[in-house]
Amino acid sequence: MTDASADARRPQEFEKVLSASDTSVASFDTHARSPIEKIQHFLHSNPAAVPLIVLVASIALFGVIIGGKFFSAFSMTLILQQVAITGIIGAAQTLVILTAGIDLSVGAIMVLSSVVMGQFTFRYGLPPSLAVLCGFAVGAFCGWINGVLVSYMKLPPFIVTLGTWQIVLATNFLYSANETIRAQDIETQAPILQFFGANFRLGNAVFTYGVVAMVLLVAVLWYILNHTAWGRHVYAIGDDPEAAQLSGVRVNRVLISVYVISGLICALGGWMLIGRIGSVSPTAGQFANIESITAVVIGGISLFGGRGSILGMLFGALIVGVFQLGLRLIGTDPQWTYLLIGTLIIIAVAIDQWIRKVAG
Amino acid sequence: MATEPLLTARGLVKRYGRVTALDQADFDLYPGEILAVIGDNGAGKSSLIKAISGAITPDEGEIRLEGKVVNFKAPMEARDAGIETVYQNLALSPALSIADNMFLGREIRKPGIMGNWFRMLDRGAMEKRAREKLTELGLMTIQNISQAVETLSGGQRQGVAVARAAAFGSKVVIMDEPTAALGVKESRRVLELILDVKRRGLPIVLISHNMPHVFEVADRIHIHRLGRRLTVIDPKEYTMSDAVAFMTGAKAPPEAAIAA
Ligand SMILES: Nc1ncnc2c1ncn2[C@@H]1O[C@H](COP(=O)(O)OP(=O)(O)OP(=O)(O)O)[C@@H](O)[C@H]1O
Ligand SMILES: [Mg+2]
Repeated sequence: MTDASADARRPQEFEKVLSASDTSVASFDTHARSPIEKIQHFLHSNPAAVPLIVLVASIALFGVIIGGKFFSAFSMTLILQQVAITGIIGAAQTLVILTAGIDLSVGAIMVLSSVVMGQFTFRYGLPPSLAVLCGFAVGAFCGWINGVLVSYMKLPPFIVTLGTWQIVLATNFLYSANETIRAQDIETQAPILQFFGANFRLGNAVFTYGVVAMVLLVAVLWYILNHTAWGRHVYAIGDDPEAAQLSGVRVNRVLISVYVISGLICALGGWMLIGRIGSVSPTAGQFANIESITAVVIGGISLFGGRGSILGMLFGALIVGVFQLGLRLIGTDPQWTYLLIGTLIIIAVAIDQWIRKVAG
Repeated sequence: MATEPLLTARGLVKRYGRVTALDQADFDLYPGEILAVIGDNGAGKSSLIKAISGAITPDEGEIRLEGKVVNFKAPMEARDAGIETVYQNLALSPALSIADNMFLGREIRKPGIMGNWFRMLDRGAMEKRAREKLTELGLMTIQNISQAVETLSGGQRQGVAVARAAAFGSKVVIMDEPTAALGVKESRRVLELILDVKRRGLPIVLISHNMPHVFEVADRIHIHRLGRRLTVIDPKEYTMSDAVAFMTGAKAPPEAAIAA
C-alpha cells in the first residue's frame, strides 16, 4: 500500500471502465407495469379512490335492493345530516392521525365545549355568541394541552389522549352537574346555539347548516393540507418526524398547532351537536372518538401517519351512514351494520398495507 | 494556512447519558477546501457535524461561522446561515414528492393574492427548479419529479438528498457518508459533484469510510478518534495505511501535523 498515495489522486483502476458505461444514469423505471402494479400505483397516488369506489358501489347496491325509497334526494341528504358530526370530528381526527398520532379525547372535548356554550349562557347569563366563543376557547385549550404533552414532553399520543379523554369527560360531568339544558329554553332564549340544526330545502333535498359547514370544513382542510407549506409539514411529520426536523420543519410548533386546530374543530362539533339534538346534554356524543377513527380508517388514511386524504375520511363517514340507513330501511338487526363496518375497517387497513408495498 | 477558517469549533462536548459522543472536539474548515472527516464507527463524526449544523445542541464549546459565534438551535437556523447538510439517514420524507422534499421548509408560494393570502404553494415553480437542480448536477435524469421519494431506490434517494444540499448550500456543504448506498457509477457522480461544488467556491465537509475516495478528493483529512480531533493530515504526505493506523490508534499521530 506504499504507493497508494501516488495513485490515490486518480480514479481507481476498476472505475476506468466507467467511461464506456451506459450513460442513462439512475433514470426512473419505465418498464411496462403489470395491471396490478398500475392499480397499486394509482391507489398510492390517489388515496381517496378506494373509499370513493366503495361509497359509490354501496349506494348503487342499496339503490338496487331498496329502490326509490333509498335512492332519493331526501334519503341521500338524510345520510349527510346523520354523518355531519362524525365528518367534523373525523376532520379533527384526520389532522392528528396524519401526524402519526391519535386523539381519543375528541368526543370529550366536543361535549365539554357544548356544555360550556350552554352553561355560560344559562348559568352566567353571557350573551350566547360570547358563550360560543368561550366554548371554542375551551376546545382550543384542551387541544393545546394534548399538543404540549405530545410534542415537548414527547409522550405517546395514545396515552396522552387516553388521559385527557377521562379528565375532560369528568370535568364535563362535574361542571355541568349532569344537568341537561332543555331544547325549548334554548329555542326561546339562545337560538344561535341551535344554528347548525336549522335546515333549508332544495326540492326534496334537506340540508342543515351543519351539513354545509362540514362540507366546507373538509374542503378548506383539503386545500390547506395539499396546497400550503403547513399542510406539507403535517404530512412530513407523520412520515418521519426526525427527517422532517432535520430538513427544516419546526416539528413541535406544527404538532401543537395540529392539536389546537383539532380542539377548535371539536368545539365546532360541540356547537353542531346542540343543533342536532336540540338540547345541551353532558352525556351526548359518547362514541364520537370511535366513530371518527372509524371514518378515518375506512377513508384509507394510514394510522401510521403521513398518508391519506381528508376526502377519504369524508367518504369513510358517508360509507358508514349509507350502511346504517340502508340496512335500517331493509329492516335487518342493527348489529349487521356493526358487523359490516368492522369488516370494512379490517379490509381498509389490509389495503393500506398493500398500497404501502409500492415503496419496496 | 494563511487564510482565516470559515467555520471553526472549539471544545465541543456532547453527552448522551453516560456516553460521551464529543469530548472537547475541535474543528476547522477553510474557504474553498474539501475537508474529509474519517474515524471509526462511533468515533463521533456524525455528532460533530450535527452539532455544526444545528441538529443537536452541544453541552459545551463554541462554534464560529466567519469569525462570529453562532448558536444554532434548529437545523433550520444553520440552513438559513448557509450551511446545508446531507445527513447519514438522508432526512427525506418518503411519502412526499421529490420536489416537495427539496423545498421542505423553504417552500415557494404563488405570487399575488393566492400566495400572500391563501398561502398557496407554487408547485410549478418548485418542480421546475427541482428538475433544473437535478439536471444541472447531472446526477440523474428525472422523468417524474412529482413521484414520491419512497418509490425511488436507495441510491436515487441519496441522489436527491445530495442534490438538495448542493443546490441550496451557500456557504458550506456537509455530507455524512453520501456514497454509502451508492453503486460504483453513482458514487463517481457524487465525487464529481463534490468537485463541482468546490469549483463553485464552496467548502465541503465529507465524511466517508471509503479511503480511496477520501484520498482522491480531499485537500485535508480530519481524523476523529474517541470523540475528538486526533490530528489533521495532508493526503499527499501520508498513505491510506498511515491514516487508518492513526484512526484506529495503531500508530501515534505526528505532532506537527495538527497545525496543518
Ligand atoms: N441519539 C443518541 N443517543 C445516544 N447515544 C448516541 C446518540 N447519537 C450518538 N450516540 C453515541 O455517540 C457516539 C458517537 O456517535 P456518532 O453517530 O457521532 O458516530 P460516527 O462517528 O458518526 O459513527 P459511524 O461511522 O458509525 O456513522 C456513539 O457511541 C453513539 O452510540
Ligand atoms: Mg455517522
